[in-house]
Amino acid sequence: MVAFISLVCGTLFGIGLAASGMTDPAKVQGFLDVFGHWDPSLVFVMGGAVTVTLLSFRFVLTLQKPVFADSFHLPEATKVDARLLVGAVLFGIGWAIAGFCPGPAIASIAYLNPDIGIFLVAMFGGAYLGQILLKKV
Amino acid sequence: MIGTSAVILLWLPGRIAGVCGIAYGAMSRISGGNFDKEELSWRLTFLLGLILGAAIFHLVSGAEIPIRDINLIALATGGLLVGLGTKLGSGCTSGHGVVGIGRLSVRSIVATMTFMIAGITSMFVFRHVLGLI
Repeated sequence: MVAFISLVCGTLFGIGLAASGMTDPAKVQGFLDVFGHWDPSLVFVMGGAVTVTLLSFRFVLTLQKPVFADSFHLPEATKVDARLLVGAVLFGIGWAIAGFCPGPAIASIAYLNPDIGIFLVAMFGGAYLGQILLKKV
Repeated sequence: MIGTSAVILLWLPGRIAGVCGIAYGAMSRISGGNFDKEELSWRLTFLLGLILGAAIFHLVSGAEIPIRDINLIALATGGLLVGLGTKLGSGCTSGHGVVGIGRLSVRSIVATMTFMIAGITSMFVFRHVLGLI
């Protein structure tokens, strides 16, 4: 049941990503090109998504538990630390260079263009590297 | 669509719709040989859904697939930084941006502002100062 709900949610998410232009690196880079030819349309995409979650989570999180699970699987960390900041900076740089972030990159597999494979392999490689680094610290 | 998906995922099975958390969670379980059915399967089906969703959108709407000529080195370098950054930063645009801010998580709000500023600054430097992208 959880896997099926997740499939449906993933599909809705994927439709949203494709429909919004997040899977178009040109659009993403245009959105980040605030000091050049700024394409603000993705502001509305994120703004819309965040508005929905901001309004709905307030109610969802007051529930005793999710409908089909024993508890909410929420992250425990609360501190803003160096790891978070360094990670965010690196992510932002990479996002600008490639024009992709994880979600749209995975969804783009549907486009059957082998180029995205390069991004994905590098991405998982980077994540794996991160995992190793974290173990050392 | 994206917001609604995140709300349903939290409401029904209580999970966070953060793509990199989902993807790396699946990756570490598979590479660690931990094939815990429920924890692995919901992650894989979500990722599969992303691909299906994109396919369905283009098939139904007839919208053109955005194939852009991005430099392969840019894809590889960017990919590496995205992977490393999202792993260290514990999240990406969906996890921190959509879900995290929705939860009013200070960590996520800070992370989102940080990666946005980093992305915008990088864009400026790489495109307008260095003329690379």
